[in-house]
Amino acid sequence: MRYMARFRRRDRRAVLVLALALPVVLAGWVSGASATPGIPAGVAGARLTPPTQGMKPQQSIGKGEGQLNLIAWEGYTQAQWVKPFERQTGCTVNAKYAGSSSEMVSLMANGGGGQYDLVSASGDADLRLIYGGAVKPVNIKLIPSWKQFRPFLQSPGFNTINGVHYGVSLQFGPNDLLYSTKAFPKAPTSWSVIYSKKYAGKITIPNNPIQIADAALYLSVHQRSLGITDPYELTQPQFNAAVKLLEQQRPLIKKYWNLASDEISLFQNGETVVGAAWPYQTGQLKAAGAKVADTIPSEGATGWADSWLLATKAPHPNCAYKWLAYISTPQVQAEQAVSYGETPDNSLACPLMDKIAKGSCESLHANEPDAYFKTIKFWKTPLAQCDNGKSDCVPFQQWVTAWTQITG
Amino acid sequence: MVTTSAREGREPTGVARVSAALWRRAWLRAALTLSPPLAWFLIIYLASLIVMLVTAFWTVNPFTNNLQHQLSLTNFRALFQAPIPAIIGRTVLLAALVTLTDAIIALPFAYFMARVATPRVRNALFVAVLLPLWASYLARVYAWIVILTKDGTLDWTTQHLGLGAPNIAYTNVAMWIVFSYIWLPFMILPVYGALERIPDSFIEASADLGARNPRTLRSVVLPLALPGVIAGSIFTFSLTLGDYITPLLIGSGSGTNLIGNVIYDNIGLANNLPFAAALAFVPIVIMIVYLLGARALGAFEAM
Repeated sequence: MRYMARFRRRDRRAVLVLALALPVVLAGWVSGASATPGIPAGVAGARLTPPTQGMKPQQSIGKGEGQLNLIAWEGYTQAQWVKPFERQTGCTVNAKYAGSSSEMVSLMANGGGGQYDLVSASGDADLRLIYGGAVKPVNIKLIPSWKQFRPFLQSPGFNTINGVHYGVSLQFGPNDLLYSTKAFPKAPTSWSVIYSKKYAGKITIPNNPIQIADAALYLSVHQRSLGITDPYELTQPQFNAAVKLLEQQRPLIKKYWNLASDEISLFQNGETVVGAAWPYQTGQLKAAGAKVADTIPSEGATGWADSWLLATKAPHPNCAYKWLAYISTPQVQAEQAVSYGETPDNSLACPLMDKIAKGSCESLHANEPDAYFKTIKFWKTPLAQCDNGKSDCVPFQQWVTAWTQITG
Repeated sequence: MVTTSAREGREPTGVARVSAALWRRAWLRAALTLSPPLAWFLIIYLASLIVMLVTAFWTVNPFTNNLQHQLSLTNFRALFQAPIPAIIGRTVLLAALVTLTDAIIALPFAYFMARVATPRVRNALFVAVLLPLWASYLARVYAWIVILTKDGTLDWTTQHLGLGAPNIAYTNVAMWIVFSYIWLPFMILPVYGALERIPDSFIEASADLGARNPRTLRSVVLPLALPGVIAGSIFTFSLTLGDYITPLLIGSGSGTNLIGNVIYDNIGLANNLPFAAALAFVPIVIMIVYLLGARALGAFEAM
């Protein structure tokens, strides 16, 4: 046993040396390995210019590289439309699913690191990707179906800056008002019902900081003195007012829903009678026989709109362009819309949707005129820099902190 | 003689030389045996904690979401700003309540298992305690949603008893019940272990000295069960401190944030790893304090 005692002493010393050395080595290694430039210089200045704005997009689609690496929302790369694409183009699709917009932004840092080709970013990530230099201009002429898109989604502000496209719009949907037709024989005309004590304990809203924009949108109509014009560009007083409204709403909330299935069961059980939702939930609930309906109230609504953006360092650009062209065609747009429960950008997709699932065009509002969607304020990244050139707006990170405070 | 000469006549092979060297140097032998698990512990376990600690001092660029590798105390300062202290307080209180509830349920249950039940009943009870652990955590949490939801099993029962419907889904009370249920086996087993080890002669001696049952329970059984309770409480307390699945599914009502799901939100939703790392140190610090307290109470000596 003597050697054990000796070993123990030596070992203790060795462990001590290791324990002391490890953090130093690690810290050096980690900070050395990723000495990325933090914020591009242009952002801090008065005028924003995307760093990749000057890059010339390719003029034609060449031979495919055989591979295509995507960062996507789960459900955006279903075999149903990926397999035919792989057969047609010989590009094998490798998809990585991201859990949040912020994760997409992180994965795409350094232009996707030379690893990823395209990202299916939502509006709340687009500007961060564009101004962060992670994505580059796209030659829209190479995507024929783009001309069939609804006009307001051809060059929207969330993926097109100074006339330069950084990607192609994909699908969209409103965050609408879901209500039980038993509690509301007539459709509510205002979002005020989700802030009303009358429905205390029977209200549900998404567990997502971007929900602050919904409160801001409501205040832009009901408290005009605040002067809110854009629910994603809030000055500190405007932001505080929206947060206060949501804090007052907190005791009325049954649950801040995390998954669409949460909200579906809340309405099925009758635990909630009104809430903020997506058309997807309405469709699922109606299919299950629940007495519900949805509407876009008079104040309008927020909404999400996703785009495929092209990575600055895309290693397979030809396959990426082939994908952009393919995913924009009416048939694929219809397949994805029905599969995921969202509205296609391609205006020719509606009849094809009904062929896949009867009534899906109407329930997902794909048949509505453009005017119906005029009232939707699509998600975009809240930035410190407002459109008016001043930088007194509240950035997204503060939205996240405030959200924890709101939900308590 | 033959063997000796044969040995002398040949040069020792490489393997033989290594084994001889190992035989002479016992410390080397021990070091080689222990280094794989030790390396695993240092690299996988401690290093990840250290990386987490280092990350906690960084910040995230609010615009590009890139990590900024500049040391700052921003994240630790944020721990002291509303609403985080209240959330930490709620989490600790809930963990303490869950631990207390489990201890109160586990003590008589484990006593019955260890000292009263026949071997057959004891085996049946063991299976009953362990059976839930074979089912998925998620399935059990969803089962509780069915029980606690509006017009669910609980509401239905209380309504038929004329007590009205409590409808407590998505509240802190619901989380207390579900946590108490889920971690109960982790309390029962160590308490059972402690109670089973009490020699019968102690109880007899206590009776011989004139103590009645309550006095024996108070002065003999409970003190000897305490190390088991503390061992169990380390599980129930720490597991409640860190859990985020139950808060997301059973909680998520108004005012139900716990440390676990705030960390989860900061990783998933906000991708603010540095703040999540800083917040993750709160349960670690709480557990260190807790374990030091348990050691001061002598819980580890008796284990």
